[in-house]
Amino acid sequence: MFGKVIGKRLLFSAFILIAVSLLVFGATLLLPGDAARAILGQQATPERIAALNEQLGLNDPAWLRYFHWLGGLFVGDFGTSSATGGSVSALLGDRVWASFVLMGLAAIVSVPLGIGLGVYQALHRGGRRDQAMTGASLVFAAMPEFVIGIGLIAIFATSVFQILPAVTLAPPGEPVWNRPEQLILPTLTLILVVTPYIVRMMRATMIEVLDSGFVEMARLKGVPEKRVILRHAVPHALGPVAQVVAIQLAWLAGGVVVVEFLFRYPGLGQALIDGVTYRDVQVVQAISMLVAAVYVVVNLAADVVGILTNPKLRSAA
Amino acid sequence: MSPKTQTVRHDDANEPNEKIVLRVTDLKVVTNAGDEILHGVDFALSRGEILGLVGESGSGKTTAGLACMGHFREGLKFGSGSVSIWPRGDATAVEVLDLSEVAVRDLRGSRIAYIPQDPALSLNPAMRVGEQIREVLDIHGFGSSDRERTDRVAEVLVDVGLPGDKTYQKRWPHQLSGGQQQRIGIAMAFAMYPDVLILDEPTTGLDVSTQSVVLDTIRQMTVANNVAGLYITHDLAVIKDISDRVAVMLRGDLVEEGPVSAVLDHPQHEYTQMLMSAVPDLDGRKTIGDGAAEANKPSEDDDQTHILVSTGEKPSPGGTDSDGSESGGGAASATAPLLEVKDIALAYGKAQILNGINLTLEPGECTMLLGESGSGKTTLSQCVAGLNDDYTGSVKLRGTELERSTRKRSNEQRVGIQYVFQSPFSSLNPRRSIGQSLTVPLEMSGEGTAASRKAVVEEALDSVRLGRSFYHRRPGDLSGGERQRAAIARALVNAPSVMVCDEITSALDVSVQASIVALLRTLREERQLAMLFVTHNIALSRHIADNLAVLNKGKIVDYGPTAQVLENPTHEYTRALIADVPKF
Repeated sequence: MFGKVIGKRLLFSAFILIAVSLLVFGATLLLPGDAARAILGQQATPERIAALNEQLGLNDPAWLRYFHWLGGLFVGDFGTSSATGGSVSALLGDRVWASFVLMGLAAIVSVPLGIGLGVYQALHRGGRRDQAMTGASLVFAAMPEFVIGIGLIAIFATSVFQILPAVTLAPPGEPVWNRPEQLILPTLTLILVVTPYIVRMMRATMIEVLDSGFVEMARLKGVPEKRVILRHAVPHALGPVAQVVAIQLAWLAGGVVVVEFLFRYPGLGQALIDGVTYRDVQVVQAISMLVAAVYVVVNLAADVVGILTNPKLRSAA
Repeated sequence: MSPKTQTVRHDDANEPNEKIVLRVTDLKVVTNAGDEILHGVDFALSRGEILGLVGESGSGKTTAGLACMGHFREGLKFGSGSVSIWPRGDATAVEVLDLSEVAVRDLRGSRIAYIPQDPALSLNPAMRVGEQIREVLDIHGFGSSDRERTDRVAEVLVDVGLPGDKTYQKRWPHQLSGGQQQRIGIAMAFAMYPDVLILDEPTTGLDVSTQSVVLDTIRQMTVANNVAGLYITHDLAVIKDISDRVAVMLRGDLVEEGPVSAVLDHPQHEYTQMLMSAVPDLDGRKTIGDGAAEANKPSEDDDQTHILVSTGEKPSPGGTDSDGSESGGGAASATAPLLEVKDIALAYGKAQILNGINLTLEPGECTMLLGESGSGKTTLSQCVAGLNDDYTGSVKLRGTELERSTRKRSNEQRVGIQYVFQSPFSSLNPRRSIGQSLTVPLEMSGEGTAASRKAVVEEALDSVRLGRSFYHRRPGDLSGGERQRAAIARALVNAPSVMVCDEITSALDVSVQASIVALLRTLREERQLAMLFVTHNIALSRHIADNLAVLNKGKIVDYGPTAQVLENPTHEYTRALIADVPKF
């Protein structure tokens, strides 16, 4: 039963990815400019441009190019970067890992932190600490990520303390995690952006669950308070919160662009900005597909959490 | 200190004696803001006996029950007084309210157990039922081994009449029926052989036949385990069935207390007398609603509108009979019945919800549609009103066949059939004033000017005995009964000829129910309104209905004049229903 539901969702996800690929490819067709001219520069002769078009397969009909590109995606071949002439996979390989490290660290810290703070607030609702935390989370939720990032740089890297690096200085070829101190500020920025939403959602659903009949019943059964919260209340609050967490994690995949730019972090965001600047269509396409894949996977995970915490969905589906 | 109301006591069973297991003395509970909710309540629970605690919603009976367990809901706290318990036949009492949190927790679930109102909400939906019972045993350290605890789970399940095997224990709460869920709750309460049991309206959400099974289980378990029970309810009929003694609560005071027969047959306090007169009886010997009508704030012409059973003298119409011409015209043009339902059937996949339903309704007539939950009664009324268009068969209004969906029906046809919903708490938009909500149907039918609409709405408010002053109030300020009156007024503004009432009194207290029933009787007479009254409460039948249709599994099994069906039921399901009604 459970496997069938997941299988259905997986199939559906595959369709979504194909639809996204069509959109991404279609959008790049509409972009003005000529890839061959972008590579060869303004002084290129028409002959050389025609030759390069032939070499890149740009004279083929659009649908053929689409299938060629799509086929490449399945075997991990994202095409050739028109800006550098090298393969996109090689270009992005390290950067993908660098970005995933950043996103993963932010997620590992912010999800438990958000859930924990939300539960804490729900248990002390109406109190002074709850009000203070609600206010603080609202302030952070309202601030754009670059403001938070700049604020952190001002406090920890330049004006107030000078204890952490403001930008990432990793020589090419060396993985970013070799110098952990330069991961701190970008990760902290992402955490501060993502956590408030999770806290607010967790607080709201947790309050609802704490008021429910089965939590009161558990207390009247004599269940110790810790077990009431961990065994009876929290699992029910997790289902809806998983959806918010998914949206936040998916946002990380896109939101990381600004933060990476701010900290000069050699990740996907940097690559995307470079790709757009140099009209490197292949790179933009590849990154768009990666971001879409992250969205789909994360939402699928949220659905799984929802099903796991609700036996009704599990046995009825 | 507020003056304490003197409780009328019928005997001295409350004086200290060796049978008492739990004793509440001068208990006061206050809100965090300092308002007193309980003004000093005294009662005692004795071994092997059930004390019924009756009162209307808001009278503080649940607060008193939970205080016995040292539990106060959000926003409430302990004022003064004491709760003493003599656990396991000890000679020395334990003061529940003086204990530390840990010590109270040890008592809860083991010495004092709680059976909640709504089993569907009180069982953890993400825990298997066996595990939930097992949890109580684990926490309180029942027996000496895992094996003993496992056996106890199976044993207590069998005790409450459920299969105790492993597969049953592995079920989720949503895979059980309401009655089964409640029996899981009972099993959970009895698992530790408690001394005291607090039962908070455990059968309110259940059908009559399920209710009687659950009551039997509770009764039998109480006697078998020699437990002292506190049965909280607003249903006096249930009290008569299950308890030995009864205590009546009114706004945080205990007004009367004594053996059931003494209190219910010879009520001393006027509130108890009023409550007794409001309980519907199956024999229809009394007229419910007279006393309660006075309890509600009367509008000016209320004194003249004396309410009688069925077709007696017609009351003076007062000034409210604005639509006499409309309904009179409807009656004259109709040689065909006002409403005719023919061969209605509806199925969702393989599940046949309705199966060949035939009904007719004449002006001024009320047909009661009686059935348990799941019998299809709400679905049928939705089909009639056009809210559900998946049915086959026909609904005719004055001989004209209606389209299936309200969207396709003509304005006039839509106006002709109006619907009143079960819960007055969710059927009125909380952000709109009563006046605004009541104007909507008039705007939809597109008649009149703003001023004339206001006049019609005010008239409707008058005719449901709310009065014009309610025009600008919001649902949040109104009591349940007032809200339901407003919802009825909303159905009345367009002067319908048929009103479909879907369980409109089941969410209300008996005295409020009585006043609503009285109101419906008056409206029928004043306006020649035909009514389809959907309910699961057979005791109301003689008080409201001319005809009775008994619905069972999507089929009408008994249909005819009320008296005839009740006296000579042809179908065994009807006979079982009548037999299951708690007798008065």
